[in-house]
Amino acid sequence: MPIEILMPALSPTMEEGKLAKWTVKEGDTISAGDVIAEIETDKATMEVEAVDEGKIGKILIEEGTDGVKVNTPIAVIVADGEDASDIQSAPSTNGASAPASAKEDSAPEPAAEKKEAAPVPAAPKVEAAEDPDIPEGTEMVDMTVREALRDAMAEEMRASDDVFVMGEEVAEYQGAYKITQGLLDEFGPRRVIDTPITEHGFAGLGVGAAFAGLRPIVEFMTFNFAMQAMDQIINSAAKTLYMAGGQMGCPIVFRGPNGAAARVAAQHSQDYASWYSHIPGLKVVMPYSAADAKGLLKSAIRDPNPVIFLENEILYGQTFQVPKLDDFTIPIGKARIARKGDGATIVSFGIGMTYALKAAEELAGEGIDCEVIDLRTLRPMDIDTVIASVKKTGRCVTVEEGWPQNSIGSDISARLMENAFDYLDAPVIRIAGKDVPMPYAANLEKLALPSVAEVVAAVKKVAYAD
Amino acid sequence: MAGTKAASKRGRSRTSKKTDSSNAPATPDPKEFSKEQELEAYREMLLIRRFEEKAGQLYGMGLIGGFCHLYIGQEAVVVGMQMALEDGDQVITGYRDHGHMLATGMEARGVMAELTGRQGGYSRGKGGSMHMFSKEKEFYGGHGIVAAQVPLGTGLAFANKYRDNGKVSVAYFGDGAVNQGQVYESFNMAKLWHLPVIYVIENNKYGMGTSVTRASAVTELCRRGQSFDIPGIQVDGMDARAVNAAGELAAEHARGGSGPMILEMVTYRYRGHSMSDPAKYRSKEEVQKMRSEHDPIEQVKNRLLEKKWASEDEIKAIDKEVREIVNDAAEFAQSDPEPDPSELWTDVYRETAEAAE
Repeated sequence: MPIEILMPALSPTMEEGKLAKWTVKEGDTISAGDVIAEIETDKATMEVEAVDEGKIGKILIEEGTDGVKVNTPIAVIVADGEDASDIQSAPSTNGASAPASAKEDSAPEPAAEKKEAAPVPAAPKVEAAEDPDIPEGTEMVDMTVREALRDAMAEEMRASDDVFVMGEEVAEYQGAYKITQGLLDEFGPRRVIDTPITEHGFAGLGVGAAFAGLRPIVEFMTFNFAMQAMDQIINSAAKTLYMAGGQMGCPIVFRGPNGAAARVAAQHSQDYASWYSHIPGLKVVMPYSAADAKGLLKSAIRDPNPVIFLENEILYGQTFQVPKLDDFTIPIGKARIARKGDGATIVSFGIGMTYALKAAEELAGEGIDCEVIDLRTLRPMDIDTVIASVKKTGRCVTVEEGWPQNSIGSDISARLMENAFDYLDAPVIRIAGKDVPMPYAANLEKLALPSVAEVVAAVKKVAYAD
Repeated sequence: MAGTKAASKRGRSRTSKKTDSSNAPATPDPKEFSKEQELEAYREMLLIRRFEEKAGQLYGMGLIGGFCHLYIGQEAVVVGMQMALEDGDQVITGYRDHGHMLATGMEARGVMAELTGRQGGYSRGKGGSMHMFSKEKEFYGGHGIVAAQVPLGTGLAFANKYRDNGKVSVAYFGDGAVNQGQVYESFNMAKLWHLPVIYVIENNKYGMGTSVTRASAVTELCRRGQSFDIPGIQVDGMDARAVNAAGELAAEHARGGSGPMILEMVTYRYRGHSMSDPAKYRSKEEVQKMRSEHDPIEQVKNRLLEKKWASEDEIKAIDKEVREIVNDAAEFAQSDPEPDPSELWTDVYRETAEAAE
């Protein structure tokens, strides 16, 4: 019976890729393990191996095709005695279908899971709202968050020799998530430095280099691993300026993906937003859009203080409009009103914005105009923008993927009590990740994260429209 | 333990010299100090000794709070090392840091006033005993978390290499810190990248109240770099000349591009771990023996007198001068006001360039 070869997922967050090349043709006999094709994702080009043996009966997707969704049949294998005419009878998608396996040279994560598991909605294209940080009439270009981050680093490295980037796989591998792609070629190994897997050590080394006046960008492959380095981040980077009576500062950026990716379970899915935002001496930035990622990372690199820059793997591949300016920066500590409205205020940041914006869109259809605030920076927090909005709407829902206790939402809720109590027409509701370690199973993971439906329901509740 | 005992008992004897036995050079002979060097060593060590005694006194009077770790007994280590360094070389250490600050040339007044938490302290009263810094004197702290200074000091060396400025950084840490993981993370990167750093292990034989033999599987701490091919040598840390010779060797090694070196300074602290430690874990006799037979300051004094490089009167004059510096510092530290309450809110963040404009 003919067997379909499906477009494989080559990383936990891959949704689609380009079928770059077939290395076999129709009629070729293949064995398990033979390389049959090359697939390009936004991160890497990888070889696809056959997992079954037989003959290539038919190639369904031509080489050079872009945007092939994961799990799309790309070819059919027929057994001895079968030929292409048997293909019509091939089962469409059942247990017999075999996703091809893929191998990547020393891949940082197991190539595996289906992207459908990722419950986060794609970025809605509502990002043309006016932005005071972007001069009117500025040309906008489409750019992924990944490219925006890379460009921000490259521009700052061109501007100052004191800026360098270090971390695991940032140089020769071009970044575990390809954020540092091309930097080694342009800046060389003196300034783009592969470290051993030694977070505590290289975080401390970076802090020491910053004490000496350099401006390190320390990449954590993910912030989950930065727990190993927590002492150096908090005790050495954040506190030294104060302990030194202002004599010695620490101009350093710690950056990398934070929070849940897709199907990587409890130890690789933690959101550290509220952890770092607790610490005086640190600045904490968590951008959502590519423009904010670029403008804020440039500001972070120039900042004379330690900055925690929390990215998100799922957002890396999403495309936004970014202003085409020679030197585009966004000030740290300023929220942005992503959508204007007066029915209720939704406050979010980072990937939480995807739920917030989708919910606002849905609610608008039901007659509730939400004001959506993207905090962008968590410390120092632009609470004034939130208070001003709540004084207008009288209602507030916070949205984040982190855990509810001692969350960013908890803090906003408390500050609204202190500063806008008389304006609140309903208690603040916090939409957060569920109070459990992140489960692996696709359905449970989806349940553990916030959803658009939860945000919609919460807004209706505070608006007494449920 | 045999190694450390041998080195400290036999002091200068060549046969006691320990190295890490791989690629390490032999422990160099103690430097032949000139008259000026002996006098400098004497004065610097005495300043630390008298300063620490005074700090202990002020602590007893309730004028210094919190933790206060005295350096008495270990003076030869930091003084001998500092004499081996060049201007611009950086120093970083842990919480037993008063001696290091004085040796780098920081003012006794500013250090003592920090101990009493006054506005004239190096950190304007916000750091205390364990957290002081001087960019001017290239002293990078003063770190309260055991071994945190090791990656930080390695980072200073990284900056030197990055800038190709010919400078060397010295990271001091104790026999307690050598068992922290980040020490080895640092060793690995320092050797991998040939960073100009000198790791000075001040082995005073006790990590708080636990003797090195009860805490370390391998007690010859100069061997701790073997897995990374970092040469290490054991040095008589009670002899400023031995320390100085080893320091010069390591500085030359690092400055010449050969990367890190480990110097295990076998030394001894006369006082408890901190002011609140009665040091019941060791005998009075053990301490007395070190004081009477190996005191680093007495060694220099005796040589000065023997060689007739200084008379008793000249020695007394130095003692008097040092006492005056320390008394002045103590007076300042008591009369200087506490920081203004507004200081509570300063120095949390440095202003950004844009905000400052």
